Amino acid sequence: MNRKQKKTLYRILGSLAMLAVIIPLCHFFAFPAPLEFILYVPPYLLVGGDILRKAGKGIKNRQVFDENFLMAVATLGAIGLGEYTEGVAVMLFYQIGELFQSVAVGRSRKSITALMDIRPDYANVIRDGQIEKTDPEEVAVGTVIVVNPGEKIPIDGVVVEGSAALNTGALTGESLPRDVSIGDEVISGCISMNGRLMIKTTKKFGDSTVSLILDLVENSAMKKSRSENFITKFARYYTPAVCFGALALAVLPPVIRLFLSADPNWGTWIFRALTFLVISCPCALVISIPLSFFGGIGCASSNGILVKGSNYLEALSKAGYMVFDKTGTLTKGEFEVAQIFTAEGVTKEELLEAAAYAESSSSHPISVSLRSAYGKLIDQARLGAIEEKAGRGVSAEVDGRTVLAGNLRLMEESGVRVSAEHNEGTVCYVAADGCYLGCILIADAVKPTAVRALAELKRRGIRKNVMLTGDGEQTAAMVARELGIDEFHSGLFPNDKVALVEQLLEQKNEKETLAFVGDGINDAPVLSRADIGIAMGAMGSDAAMEAADIVLMDDDPAKIALAMRIAAKTLSIVRENIVFALGVKACCLILGALGYADMWLAIFADVGVMVLAVANAARALTIRA
Amino acid sequence: MKKTYDVEVDCANCAAKMEEAVQKTAGVKDASLSFMTLKLKVEFEDGADEKAVMKEALKNCRKIEDDCEILF
Repeated sequence: MNRKQKKTLYRILGSLAMLAVIIPLCHFFAFPAPLEFILYVPPYLLVGGDILRKAGKGIKNRQVFDENFLMAVATLGAIGLGEYTEGVAVMLFYQIGELFQSVAVGRSRKSITALMDIRPDYANVIRDGQIEKTDPEEVAVGTVIVVNPGEKIPIDGVVVEGSAALNTGALTGESLPRDVSIGDEVISGCISMNGRLMIKTTKKFGDSTVSLILDLVENSAMKKSRSENFITKFARYYTPAVCFGALALAVLPPVIRLFLSADPNWGTWIFRALTFLVISCPCALVISIPLSFFGGIGCASSNGILVKGSNYLEALSKAGYMVFDKTGTLTKGEFEVAQIFTAEGVTKEELLEAAAYAESSSSHPISVSLRSAYGKLIDQARLGAIEEKAGRGVSAEVDGRTVLAGNLRLMEESGVRVSAEHNEGTVCYVAADGCYLGCILIADAVKPTAVRALAELKRRGIRKNVMLTGDGEQTAAMVARELGIDEFHSGLFPNDKVALVEQLLEQKNEKETLAFVGDGINDAPVLSRADIGIAMGAMGSDAAMEAADIVLMDDDPAKIALAMRIAAKTLSIVRENIVFALGVKACCLILGALGYADMWLAIFADVGVMVLAVANAARALTIRA
Repeated sequence: MKKTYDVEVDCANCAAKMEEAVQKTAGVKDASLSFMTLKLKVEFEDGADEKAVMKEALKNCRKIEDDCEILF
C-alpha cells in the first residue's frame, strides 16, 4: 500500500470506530433528530470529506457527472431523508471499495510488470583495474563490461573473454540454456548461469534488446483495442444517462401520483433514485477491460511473445487465415540430410563418406549438410585432385578412386547408370569409378513442433493455412503434405508474396482477420500488409521487432499456437467482464427503480462487481502454456 | 515530436477522461494514456512548446480529476 492508500485506510478505520460508538448510543437513547444529525457529521466528513470536496470542484469546473458527484448526492440525500446510518455507511463502503480497487489494481500492475522485469540495474565496468557498478545508460559503445555468474547481461555485445551457458528465459520463455564463448554475440536480458564473461558492448543501452523490449511492452498498453474504446465511449454517455434516469425516477412517479390524486411519496422515490445513482458507477467496466488485456499481454511476454497492443491481441483472437513463410518459419532454414538411398551392396556409411569427401572443399549449404551428416573429420591425406563441375557437382579423387557427387546431369554425362530417380527436394547422386553408389536426399527439415502447432491452430479457429515460399513446386509440395497445409504457393519473389496476401485478404470474410508469420528479415512489407504481422526468431533483430505487430522471441512455431490461446482466453475474459458487469448493473438498476434494492445491494452492485471483475481480469495473467 | 510521461491517477474512468482532456489541449496532436502502465504518450503539433503545452494539459486534467499528476 502506498501513502495515499494508507491514509484512506486510517480514515476508514477512524470513521468505523466512531460509528461503533454512535450507532449503539442512538439505539439506546432516543436523541432528538438534530442531535443525532450532529453526531453523525464527524464520521461522515472524516470518511467522505474528500469526495464532497471533489464533487464541489467538479461542479465548479462544470464536470458534474462523475463518481464523486454521484456519491455525494446519494449520501447527502440519504442523510437529508433522515437515514443517517445509511448515508454514512454508503460513503464508508464506497471508500472501502475504492481502496480495495486501488490496492488490487496496484497488485496486478506490480505482478504484470514483475513478469516483464528484464531491466538490468547496473553494468560492471572496469575502471583503473577495479570493477565498478555503473548505470547501464552511461556505458559507451565499445566498453568492456563484466558479467558474473548469476548476473544479467545489461547491454548487447560480443564476448571477448570467457564462456558461459546463458539463460534466455526472461526473453524467450525458453528454459534451454544457450552456450556462448569468445566471439559470440550476446544480447541483453540473458542471465549468465555459470561463467564469468567479458563483453565488449556493440550498442548503447537505449538501443539494446532489453530497452527495445521494454519500450515495446510499455507502449503496448497505448494501442487500445476496440473493446477498450467501446467501454470508454460507453462510460461517456452512460454516466449522464444514469443521472437523468435518476432525476426522472425521483420526480416523475410522484408527479404522476399527484395527478392521480394519490400520496406522492416523495421520500420513497427520491431514495430509490439515490440507490439508482450508487448502483450506476461505471468503474468496474472501465477498469476490468484494460486490466484483462494488460494481463494477457503480460502473460504473453513472459512466454517470449511480445504483443505490441491490445488491438493485436483482439485481432489475433479473430484470425481465420494464417499465412506462413516456409523457410525459417515452418522449416529450420538449414539443409539436412533427409534420406539416403543406397545402391545394392553399398552401406549408408560408405555412401555418406564418399559424398562428404568429394564435397569436402565446398562451402555450399548442401556440402555442409553432407559433412555434418557424416560427422567425422575429413582426412586430407585421403584426398587427391578435386574438380568443381559448375551446375552439376564435383569430381574428386578419394583413396585413389574418382568419386562423382552431384545432380542427375553429372551422372548422365559421365555415363553412370542411376537405378532410381528421385525428384523431391535436392538430391545428390554419388558414383565411384563409374559405378553408382546411391543418392542422398537433402531437404530443409521441418521444425519438430510445426505439425502440432498447425493442428492446434486449426482447433483454435484458423480456417485456412497457407504457405508461401520461393522454393520450387516439388519441395513446397513435400513440406505442405508433411505439415498438412491447405494451400501453398511456390516459386515466389518477395513482391509476389505481398500480392498473394492482398488476394487472400479479399478472399476472407469480413469478420475474420489474416495473420502472416515470417522471419521478419525480408518479409517487412508483407508483415505490415497483413492484419496481424507475426515475426519469429526475432531475438536480437531490430528490423523484425520494428515491422511486426506480434514478435516471437524464439523461432518455435508452438508459440504461435500459444499466442492464439492467450488471445482467445483474454478476449473471453473481456467478454465475461462486459456481460457480467453490465448484466449485474442492469438487474440492480431495475430492482432499484422498482424499490426492491436497498443501499446495501447498491453498494454490492458498485464495489462488489468491480472487485469480482478485477479478480476475473487477473486470471488473464495466469493462462498456462 | 512524441514524448512519454509518468502519470499519477487513481481510477480508470478518470484516466480515460484525462486522456480526452490532454487530446483536446492546444498543441497536442494526439495523446494516449494507459492506466495500466500509468504512462501518458503525447504527440505534439509541429513547433509546439512542450513545457507550455504540458502545463496547459495538466491544468485541463486537474479540472476533471483534482488530484491527478503528470510528471514532466
